[in-house]
Amino acid sequence: MTLSIVPETARSLALQICTFTVGGLLFGIDVKEVHEVLRAQHVTRVPLAPGTVRGLINLRGQIVTAIDMRARLQFPPMDSDEPPTNVVVRHGEGTVSLLVDEIGNVLSVDHERYERTPESLSPVIRDLLDAVYKLDDRILLVLNASRIPEIAAAGDRA
Amino acid sequence: MSSNAAECLVQEFLVESYENLDVVDANLLSIERGDATPETLAAVFRSVHTIKGTCGFLGLSKLESVAHNAENLLSLLRDGKIAPGPAITDALLRTVDAIRSILANLERDGDEGSASHDALVELLAALAAGRPGPPAQEAVLASAAEDAPSPAGAESGVPTSELLPFADEVATSKTNEAEALPKPANTSPVPPSRSVKESSPEPEATSRASVVDNTIRVDIGLLDRVMNLVGELVLTRNRILQFAPSMAEHGFANASQRLNLLTTELQEAVMKTRMQPIGNLWNKLPRMVRDLSHACGKRVELELDGNDTELDRTIIEAIKDPLTHAVRNAIDHGVETPEQRVAQGKPPVARLLLRAYHEGGQVNIEISDDGAGLNYDRIRQRALERGLVSSEKAAEMGERELGHLIFHPGFSTAAQVTNVSGRGVGMDVIKTNVERIGGSVDIGSVLGRGTSLKLKIPLTLAIIPALVVTSRGERFAIPQVNLHELVRIDRDERRGIERLYGATFYRLRGQLLPLVFLGDCLELPESEERAEAINIVVLQGDGRQFGLVVDSIRDTEEIVVKPLGKELRGLSVFAGATIMGDGHVALILDVLGLALRANLRSSGGSHSLDTATTTTTSATPQESFLLFSVGSGARMAIPLSLVSRLEEIRRDSVETSAGRAVVQYRGEILPLIDLAAAFGHRVDATRERLTVIVHACGTRHVGLVVDEILDTVTETITTRQSIRRPGTLGSAVIGGKVTDLLDVAGVLRRVDPDLLHDENAA
Repeated sequence: MTLSIVPETARSLALQICTFTVGGLLFGIDVKEVHEVLRAQHVTRVPLAPGTVRGLINLRGQIVTAIDMRARLQFPPMDSDEPPTNVVVRHGEGTVSLLVDEIGNVLSVDHERYERTPESLSPVIRDLLDAVYKLDDRILLVLNASRIPEIAAAGDRA
Repeated sequence: MSSNAAECLVQEFLVESYENLDVVDANLLSIERGDATPETLAAVFRSVHTIKGTCGFLGLSKLESVAHNAENLLSLLRDGKIAPGPAITDALLRTVDAIRSILANLERDGDEGSASHDALVELLAALAAGRPGPPAQEAVLASAAEDAPSPAGAESGVPTSELLPFADEVATSKTNEAEALPKPANTSPVPPSRSVKESSPEPEATSRASVVDNTIRVDIGLLDRVMNLVGELVLTRNRILQFAPSMAEHGFANASQRLNLLTTELQEAVMKTRMQPIGNLWNKLPRMVRDLSHACGKRVELELDGNDTELDRTIIEAIKDPLTHAVRNAIDHGVETPEQRVAQGKPPVARLLLRAYHEGGQVNIEISDDGAGLNYDRIRQRALERGLVSSEKAAEMGERELGHLIFHPGFSTAAQVTNVSGRGVGMDVIKTNVERIGGSVDIGSVLGRGTSLKLKIPLTLAIIPALVVTSRGERFAIPQVNLHELVRIDRDERRGIERLYGATFYRLRGQLLPLVFLGDCLELPESEERAEAINIVVLQGDGRQFGLVVDSIRDTEEIVVKPLGKELRGLSVFAGATIMGDGHVALILDVLGLALRANLRSSGGSHSLDTATTTTTSATPQESFLLFSVGSGARMAIPLSLVSRLEEIRRDSVETSAGRAVVQYRGEILPLIDLAAAFGHRVDATRERLTVIVHACGTRHVGLVVDEILDTVTETITTRQSIRRPGTLGSAVIGGKVTDLLDVAGVLRRVDPDLLHDENAA
């Protein structure tokens, strides 16, 4: 039984989330929006671009903008030289690659664990979040894939 | 040879028309359902217009009369003069069927067939003749009911044996319809069209296949995918080849060699499927121009320049219709008859010039004629009549804005509608199609001297040769169309490089060439490696020439331009990105964007006005100038790069503020300087309208009032007198006459130093 034929209510009970960590926090994106996960790719820097844009990568002939999730989520740059992992995400009409610290498992989350995005989070982060799930040992922050590049365009010109 | 060409024309017409008809069918059905938008009607109209236009050249008189009448009806519908009703959509759907049957005949037998479509033509004409203004649906139906029986009755007098089953069907279904009129819901378009298909299923199917035989239409998305896959294959091949020498196995070396060859061939073949010289499109024009000019009683000589300019096939496809319409318009409306031309002292044979060339990372196509030019007054009047603009707006509109009005759907200044053009659909087609592929249309015209239509087409999908350079360790591609020359200077021999007020220049053969350091311009982080030489890439874009200083010059390469993601569209210094041989991405520099960025940066200082003026006038060997007259006909010129707009304002809109003449202009206050007064000429206070050159400096604008705009010229300044009057930079021979070069900064300083001060402060 695939996800698409599960009725709407049942589906929201068990959402499949592709998880990853950025700056020690656990983030996730609906698996349906994740195109693929790639090891570190060669990134071509784009001068004058907003600070959240790390550069461009070649995804089998398609040129894709790589977004530095640490910068996007307002974390300091990574200390180690550990190469970031690409989470390639489809949004609206385009494709972007999110550079994350480490890729995690695909988790099924129950609706019971759903929590609305707390108002106390900073607006920059709150805008990016779809939902928050209370897992047993930690909190999972589910990102809205289409908002990530949107604000990168309007973002700071570092 | 020529019959072959005609054959080719017919084949293409068939393929294209079948496609058009399918679209028309779908659109008509949506009109019938009542969910039509104005665009749907406009689309139907354009399709029918295109069919009609083409069959005119092919001498298909029956088809033309059917299409012409349908078009008449459609134009009334589009303009809202009549409301669509079942009778109308039914008639239009039947028109589509009639056109299909004629096309099928044409394909099978090479002629239009013997079927008569008079009944349909009369029905269409009757519907179109329904009372003007938007009547109620019943009224349209009633008028159709009055008119319909008589042609149908006349038809039934003709022995049916002489008619093809189809014509018979038309006649009977018409009578049926006339009977069924009180119940409009019954007039379904489906039965007639189905019975037509049944009447000749066999021949249509076979001949349809023959047209499709040697051409296949491939979805461009699929071609893109194939191209991307080939690109990946090339990169994989490169990696395999790197392994080949280290592999002892003989067979492996052979296989990889074979892979190498095949990949190269495949790559070339795929590239070829997409690129076409514009000449392929143009070689149909001479015939078309000949036939058209004969039909219009005119004499036109066609000149084609830039035949081998290569365009991506999607672009060729997209500009086919706009080009046809542009040429048609130029001949029908632009060019005068030989008698008129002679009377105006022009040679009887008109010139129509088509030029295609790459510029600034775009393909430009110019269609210029030396005909009558646009009559701006008539455009203004027509725009008022059609209620497109208010009367105040119309009075204020400049020539440029007025010129753009002709792209409005349904706008035509033609005195009468001919069967070639004049319904105002042509320019609409041009604009719609060009803008759909991300291009732009511009029109320039001088009354009595001619019109020039300029289409700027992006090269988004095109493959272009580019120069690969590096700066501080980053690699960039520069489109070769912008490239003028390369200059290399040893680092310890820096002669020729001069610095003025923070700007750097290089003396290139006696001319001062402004230099832009790529690393600084793009704010690239400093790298340790010092280049042992200074490499200057001399670039040209939009009339400006400048030298781009890079660390090293690598190679020239054919690159596939790919657009940047939405997130990065705002960066005007890049035209896109490409994938290099090693699989990495490189950015493509946009020369115009780069020049703009460099200029903005250098104009921060208080000497900005001076340096801007002197660099543009002295550093550039070839420059565009705007010629104008001041006072009693004194000729002056200003570099076009310093002109932001030309405007015409009413004298009574001029106000006074703090002792200065000002006018409200685009939400700001535009100070006016009368150049006649500034140069001590007599000021003509009787003029009702003032011609103003709007000059931008920094964020502010100044309006320079002149007598008349004469021309724009691009030329190398041959002589420059060293004695200069205040307010001028000297004199030069431009357009064969002695012309003073306006020193904008000087004039501002003299006339209104406060103004200059304000500007620097702003």
